[in-house]
Amino acid sequence: MCQDCGCSDITSEIGIHSHTHNGEHQHEHHHENGDHHHHHHQLVVENGTTAKTVTITQSILQKNDRLAERNRGYFAAKGLLVLNILSSPGSGKTAFLEKTITDLKERVKIGVIVGDLETDNDAHRLGHAGAPAVQITTGTACHLEADMVARAAQKLDLDALDVLIIENVGNLVCPAAYDLGENWRVVLLSVTEGEDKPLKYPTMFKSAQVVIVNKIDIAEVVGFDREKALHNIRRVAPDAVIFEVSARTGTGMEQWYAYLEAQMAEKESLLGIG
Amino acid sequence: MHEVSLMEQTIEIALAQASKQGASQIHRMKMRIGDMSGVVPEALAFAFDVVTQGTIAAGAKLEIEPVPVTCFCPNCQQEFHPPDIFYECPECGEPRTKMLAGGEIELTSLEVS
Repeated sequence: MCQDCGCSDITSEIGIHSHTHNGEHQHEHHHENGDHHHHHHQLVVENGTTAKTVTITQSILQKNDRLAERNRGYFAAKGLLVLNILSSPGSGKTAFLEKTITDLKERVKIGVIVGDLETDNDAHRLGHAGAPAVQITTGTACHLEADMVARAAQKLDLDALDVLIIENVGNLVCPAAYDLGENWRVVLLSVTEGEDKPLKYPTMFKSAQVVIVNKIDIAEVVGFDREKALHNIRRVAPDAVIFEVSARTGTGMEQWYAYLEAQMAEKESLLGIG
Repeated sequence: MHEVSLMEQTIEIALAQASKQGASQIHRMKMRIGDMSGVVPEALAFAFDVVTQGTIAAGAKLEIEPVPVTCFCPNCQQEFHPPDIFYECPECGEPRTKMLAGGEIELTSLEVS
């Protein structure tokens, strides 16, 4: 039953039908391809002209969500594990990926899609580390969207990859709303950013399956309160798996690799191709 | 500032709906924005004024209805509105990650003529 007007006929009919309720005002319902749009008409007089109210109730992100689902299905068919990596600018996303790509080169085939406002420096860095990398320059857009990822993915030989990593634009706000078709979100924060970062950006941290605390080699110098930071992450994102690493020195990276490889193995066994 | 691109998509949907109705003017637009949608209503309102310029929605009124976060606790079998960002069940104190509401970015209605 429709929550707007109580009409029960929301799936069976495709097309438009109109009917009158108690002779007071006319309702028109429009059903198309399973979508449920409502058009409730009422009379309003404004400046001598007749205005009517049209009820829509449509998610603005519906188009992106649909494309993201299509990406997810496509990537699953290719047997890929897909990660969406997010952080503030300067948290060390690219360094973290460089280290991961270099160390896992012999065992895991990783491809990367990198989003930045300008320059293809990061794609070059990741390419040097040994991964095929495609750069998306968004110009002014502060986040990646599912259609950009779909287009960039066409430039990679996905059949040759085990893992596809999408390095999002450095931003902890806007990318949270955009599903790209990933399997997990990996959110990075570095010790220089303060222990309360998860409290300031709860929407992003709540969407994370994995949280990486980076630059732990300089934690002491910058007075990073480790316990407080971990407490904040766990309170905001109780289900997230947390890794404490230094992409520069390599500390803690082995645990991250073990987790990544275990997840890949699990995915393969689920698909029956292990 | 993804509010501008969100508003562009919103206006695109609104203009298509208005055209379907044979309308020549959009007077009012209502949206529902969840408290945890990551959208700043003020930024959306600002984007609205800019994006509607030169369209049949120019000068229209934007009304934004905020939607509070609703969570569900499977232990206590009850819905609750968390007072803060921690989503802890008021009965059992367990943190809950699943939101039933609060992430909405929706266009709900248009007033057209």
